[in-house]
Amino acid sequence: MSEHIDSIKTYTLIFLALLALTFITSTVAYIDLGPLNIVVALVIAVTKMLLVALFFMHVRYSTKLTKIVVAGGLLWLAILLLLTMADFVSRGWLAGT
Amino acid sequence: MITAALEEREHYLNASYGLKSWLLTKDHKRIALLYLGTITLFFALGGLFATMIRIELLTPQPDLVSSETYNKLFTMHGVIMVFLFLVPSIPATLGNFFLPIMIGAKDLAFPKLNLLSWYLLVAGGLCTLGAMFAGGVDTGWTFYTPYSSTYSNTYVIATALGIFIAGFSSILTGLNFIVTVHRMRAPGMTWFRLPLFVWSNYATSLIMVLGTPVLAVTILLVGCERLFHIGIFDPALGGDPVLFQHMFWFYSHPAVYIMVLPGMGVVSELVATFSRKRVFGYGFVAFSSVAIAVLGFLVWGHHLFVSGQSVYAGMVFSFLSYFVAVPSAIKVFNWTATLYKGSISYDTPMLYAFGFIGLFTMGGLTGLFLAALGIDVHVTDTYFVVAHFHYIMVGGTLMAYLGGMHYWWPKMTGRMYPEGWAKLSALVVFLGFNLTFFPQFVLGYLGMPRRYHVYPPEFQVLHVMSTAGASVLAVGYLMPLVYFLWSLRYGKLAPANPWGATGLEWQTSSPPPTHNFEEPPVVTHEAYDFAALLEEAQVG
Repeated sequence: MSEHIDSIKTYTLIFLALLALTFITSTVAYIDLGPLNIVVALVIAVTKMLLVALFFMHVRYSTKLTKIVVAGGLLWLAILLLLTMADFVSRGWLAGT
Repeated sequence: MITAALEEREHYLNASYGLKSWLLTKDHKRIALLYLGTITLFFALGGLFATMIRIELLTPQPDLVSSETYNKLFTMHGVIMVFLFLVPSIPATLGNFFLPIMIGAKDLAFPKLNLLSWYLLVAGGLCTLGAMFAGGVDTGWTFYTPYSSTYSNTYVIATALGIFIAGFSSILTGLNFIVTVHRMRAPGMTWFRLPLFVWSNYATSLIMVLGTPVLAVTILLVGCERLFHIGIFDPALGGDPVLFQHMFWFYSHPAVYIMVLPGMGVVSELVATFSRKRVFGYGFVAFSSVAIAVLGFLVWGHHLFVSGQSVYAGMVFSFLSYFVAVPSAIKVFNWTATLYKGSISYDTPMLYAFGFIGLFTMGGLTGLFLAALGIDVHVTDTYFVVAHFHYIMVGGTLMAYLGGMHYWWPKMTGRMYPEGWAKLSALVVFLGFNLTFFPQFVLGYLGMPRRYHVYPPEFQVLHVMSTAGASVLAVGYLMPLVYFLWSLRYGKLAPANPWGATGLEWQTSSPPPTHNFEEPPVVTHEAYDFAALLEEAQVG
């Protein structure tokens, strides 16, 4: 199994991208976007997570099995969030009765 | 003289001596024995708390302990038995010892990580025991908020920290098993030649790795709220108490399968060996373990039917909970089908396997009662639930653990245990278990709530039966402890394959050499191929 090594340039670019996204997060925190506040914050967070996983953690160049493991972890997180939200979202449905 | 004969050959037990050779060992077999000693101590302690609970419940009045002490007793019983005994029980002892040997490997993939995981269990256990000696904890093993995060004046943080640390032991064991099964199988050991014990431990490991971190996060959040008043679960701080239950049961329901799946693996081995037949529907039994691991993550909401969870979510969780019964039933039916026309022998391990099949089936079927939205409202937080999960965890897991211990004891120690005493102990455990827990189904259905030590006098007869059963059960558990220890010195020497079983672990000597095999094994036939074994014996 050959190890892929990214160039210094790629690492620097990713690092700068992460810094930029952090800057955006803190700047956006001062602007009230209403219901979009949480959406913007989460989109930025997920993007940063993907950059770290794909490049710094080398998932992009890893074997299929590693990719399956990463996808499995995300799928399980989705199960936790989705089924918990199934409760929270539908809790008020009976309020009128 | 016997000892002298055993000492002639070098094996993992006499390869080196001294405390250091054990405490710094990287041999998975020695680490398994370290685990065995540790969890036996935890089991004894958890059992002591159970004994005090049962003695208190002999009479309707509070006479042995106060309400506060009683709350601490059932909490410590649950915490120790679940997190420090049942979760590590089969994987960390029998799994640790036999998973590498069964796939023809020299050790686990990460031997140092394996040792670290034992130290983490000990550290977690000491932390929890420290909390206990300092004054205990009274939240119940489930640590429900906001009681645990705001109101309880007991040692919640210290106990939870112990569980947090022990959780990492479980994650590391899971990780080690997964990598070992993927990377270290002997030549010819394909996935569909793996013994079913390996399949079930693999499925268990998936749950350990995917579920346990969520428990760790949940514990940290309780700590944040309790120490720094950050509102997560407490409504007064803007939190949601039901969120705790979602997160807790996201781990703790699959944890039930962490406890029972390895037991199912043991039973598959026992049923095959003592029926002298390949397990009927091998592929179905193997995949049903994985199906249980996956489906087990979709059902946690059935613990929240009366906790203020939305009725619609409740309906979804109820529906999904029924699904888990399917792979469990596949296993039970396939074990039964394996017995059909098998050449059955009633050795001690098989008696435990029979016990498991019957008791697990009762535990599983009463689980369906609890997954039904309507019935669950009636029996929530009653002794019906207590009886149900003890049928799974004690009637299931513990029976399988004891069955496995008897089955593999000759391999682990090189000694045979006294068969007559062992058969008697299996019978005593089975009778004692049913006398303890069957009355609890009736008690619960009649309305006896769990976690109360004062109850209406009309329940006393059933409580007395249950306590009487518990004392029988205690005798049943003490017997193996005594004769196993006795056998270490006086037991007959065990041959390499005392049961005529097929697995790779029976092809190496008893006890095995440090690197498990004299020659690296090559696998040429599928698991449980008794015809091939017979042929080899005839050729030999």
